[in-house]
Amino acid sequence: MSQLIQLAADGQASIVADTWTRIVPPAAGEESVRKQAGKVVLFKLTGEQTYTAEQIANTEIPATGKILVPLTIWQARKAELQSRLAAGELGIILATNETAEALQAEFTDLNTLPLIAVFVERFADGRIFTLGNWLRTRFGFKNELRAIGDVLRDQLFFHKRAGFNSFLIRADRSAEDALASLNDFSQPYQGGVADVPVWRRVNRA
Amino acid sequence: MYKYDPIDQQIVNERVAQYRDQTRRYLAGELTDEEYRPLRLQNGLYIQRHAPMLRIAVPYGLISSKQLRKLGDIAKKYDRGYGHFSTRQNLQLNWPKLEDTPEILAELATVEMHAIQTSGNCIRNITTDQFAGIAPDEIIDPRAIAEIMRQWSTFHPEFALLPRKFKIAVSGTEKDRAIVQAHDIGLEFYKDVQGQMAIKVWVGGGLGRTPILGTVIREHLEWQHVLSYCEAVIRVYNIHGRRDNAYKARIKILVKALGIEEFKRQVEEEWAHLKDGPLTITQNELDRVAKYFEPMPYKTLPAHDAAFDAAVASNPAFAAWVKRCVQPHRVPGYRAVTLSLKPHGKAPGDITSEQMHVVADLADAYSFGELRSSHEQNLILADVQVSDLFAVWEKAREAGLATPNIGLLTDIICCPGGDFCSLANAKSIPIAEAIQMQFDNLDYLYEIGDLELNISGCMNACGHHHVGHIGILGVDKDGSEWYQVTVGGKQGNDASIGAVIGPSFSAEEMPGVVQRLIEVYVRERQDDERFIDTVRRLGVAPFKAHVYAEKETA
Repeated sequence: MSQLIQLAADGQASIVADTWTRIVPPAAGEESVRKQAGKVVLFKLTGEQTYTAEQIANTEIPATGKILVPLTIWQARKAELQSRLAAGELGIILATNETAEALQAEFTDLNTLPLIAVFVERFADGRIFTLGNWLRTRFGFKNELRAIGDVLRDQLFFHKRAGFNSFLIRADRSAEDALASLNDFSQPYQGGVADVPVWRRVNRA
Repeated sequence: MYKYDPIDQQIVNERVAQYRDQTRRYLAGELTDEEYRPLRLQNGLYIQRHAPMLRIAVPYGLISSKQLRKLGDIAKKYDRGYGHFSTRQNLQLNWPKLEDTPEILAELATVEMHAIQTSGNCIRNITTDQFAGIAPDEIIDPRAIAEIMRQWSTFHPEFALLPRKFKIAVSGTEKDRAIVQAHDIGLEFYKDVQGQMAIKVWVGGGLGRTPILGTVIREHLEWQHVLSYCEAVIRVYNIHGRRDNAYKARIKILVKALGIEEFKRQVEEEWAHLKDGPLTITQNELDRVAKYFEPMPYKTLPAHDAAFDAAVASNPAFAAWVKRCVQPHRVPGYRAVTLSLKPHGKAPGDITSEQMHVVADLADAYSFGELRSSHEQNLILADVQVSDLFAVWEKAREAGLATPNIGLLTDIICCPGGDFCSLANAKSIPIAEAIQMQFDNLDYLYEIGDLELNISGCMNACGHHHVGHIGILGVDKDGSEWYQVTVGGKQGNDASIGAVIGPSFSAEEMPGVVQRLIEVYVRERQDDERFIDTVRRLGVAPFKAHVYAEKETA
C-alpha cells in the first residue's frame, strides 16, 4: 500500500500511488556520524552542506520516468537533467538545512517544477514548517508541495497549515491511520498559509 | 478575566481528544519514547524522578475561584492532595499517573483550563505582572494583548517545533515586575507621544546555563503589529537557531552570535513581508478581548477606614502582615493581598487542596472571585476592600497563608529541585526550608528588610537564581550535591545578573553562608540601603572575604 497522502484542491485527503522516484545519493563514508563534545549531532545547521561532491557524483539517476532530485544534485548536474525538467519529469528535494533562496536561485519561476519536496531528517526539526510557508507565501509556489522523510501523523496538521499538500508517511507507519490527524482541530486560532486568523475568519463577538 | 467562547472550548476539547489518542498509541507501543516526548511535553507532561509531573497552564497568572477549586479537587483525586506554583505562574502536580493525564486534561477543560505548551520547544505560557490591571504604576494593562498572543501561539503551525523553548513576558508598568529582560521576547507596553499604546521590544534575554539580559530590538512598535513582529523574530530564530546543541539553542545565543544589529536587520527584512498583513490586530479584536479585562465593579469608598487603622495600631501581628502582604491598589479603599505560599519550613510555592478551597472561598467573598499567581510563587487577591482586610487576614492565617514575609529573605523563589525533577543536580527545597528555619525570627527578618533569595537545583534556572539578590545554584561535583552562591542579581528595570562569590558549599553549610552574607550587609549598610544596594556599592569582595574567612577558621 502507498504511503503517500495527497490533498485535493477541495482539501479532501486520500492515499494515492506515488508516481515519483526519489533519487537518494549513496551513503557517505565514516563522516556520517557527526559528533560534538562527545555527543552525536542530530541536526544539520542551516547552510551546512547536504551531500559531498563524491556522493553527488556517484548518485545514479534513472534515464526515464519522473524523478525527485536533491537540490545539490541538480546544482551539480543540471546539464544532464535539463531535458527532464523540460519534460515535466523533474521535482526537487530541499533539505531543512537548505534555504528557499538557494532553490529560487536555480529556478526563477518555481512553478516550472511540478513538485517540490522538503526532506525532514528528524520529525522534531521545525524548519520544515517555515520552509513550507515561505515557498507558498514568499515564492509563490502553486504546485505540489510534499513533506518527506521522518513524516509522522502527529505533525501532519502543522504540515498542512504550513502549506504542504502531500505527505509521504514514514515507511513503518500506516498512512491510513495518519489521515485522521489531518483534522485534529476544526477552527484553529491563528492563520495558516491558506487561511487568516480566526478573528478575521468568523464573527466572535 | 477571559471567558471561553465556543471556539476556545472546541479547541481545548479537541486537544483532549488528540492527546488521549496519542497517549493511547504510546501505551500501546505504537509511538516510541522519542516520538511521544514532544507530544506529552507540549501537554505539560514530564517524566520525572518518582512519577510524571503535569504542568497546568495559568495564562498570565489569572485564575478564577472555580478553576482553583477544580485544581484542588484534581490534586486530591489524581495526586497527593497538593500542587506547586511555579516561577512561570503555572501549577504543577508532582505525582499524577501517566495513564490518568488524559482524564485530568478532560476535567481541566470543563473549567476552561489546559496544559497546552507549558513545556516543549514551543512558545510557552506568556507571563506578566501579578498586579496587572490594578497596580498604581500601571500605564497599560497588557492582559488583552497577552490573551490575543496566547491564542496566536496556541498550536502555531510554524512554531510547533522550535530549536528550544520560547518564553514571552509582557509588562505595562513603570516598575517592571515581569522580568521582561530575562525572556526570549519581552514586551514593555507604554504610551507614546501621541498617547497611543506602543511596545518596546526586548529580545534574547534568558537565564539557564548562559544567563543574558535581553537587548532592545525595537523602541517603538505599534500594538497592531505585535503578532507580525513576533512572528518575524521567531521565524528568523526557527531557521537560524542552533539545533545541533541544546545548550546553545536558545534565541539569546543566536542574537549574540549574529550581533543585535544583524539580527535586527534580518527581522526587519522578514517583517517587511508580514507587516500590515492578516496578522495585524484589528481594533475590533482588541475590543472583543479587552472587555474581559475591564475594571471590576468597584464601590466608591473612602481612602481610609477607621476600624482598619485601629486594628493596625492595636494588633502588631496584623500590622506586620499589612506591611508585608498588602499592596497598593489604584482604586481608593481597595488593596491587593498576597497570600504567602512560603511558610517557614515548607516547600516554597506548595499549596494543599484544602488551602486551594480556602483561597477560592476568600476570592469569592472578598475579591470578585478571581486570583493571580505570581512568578514569586505566591497567590494574590487583587481587589480587597480595606475594611475587609482584617477578616481576610484572620481566615488566611487560620489556613497557614498569612506568613508576613513577602519580599523578605524567607519569601524564597525555589524550583522543585532534586526531590522531584529529573533534570536537577541537587535538591533545592530542603535548602530553602533550612534557610527559612535559620531566619525564623520575624523581627530579624524585618531588620534585614527587602531581600530576594532564589534557588535553582540546576543551571536550567527555573528558580531564576541569576536575578536573586542572593542566588543559590545546585551543582553536581563527582556525584555529590553542592551549592554555588551569587550576589547582586536583580529583577526589574535595572535588572542584573549576580556574580559568583567563590567555590561552592555543601547543603549543611548553606544556612550559615546566607547568615554571613547578611552579617556583612548589616555591618556595612548605610542609611536605609537594601541588601542589593549595598552589594552594588561595595561589590562582591567584602561578602566573599567574610564568607570564606569564616569557613577557613571554622
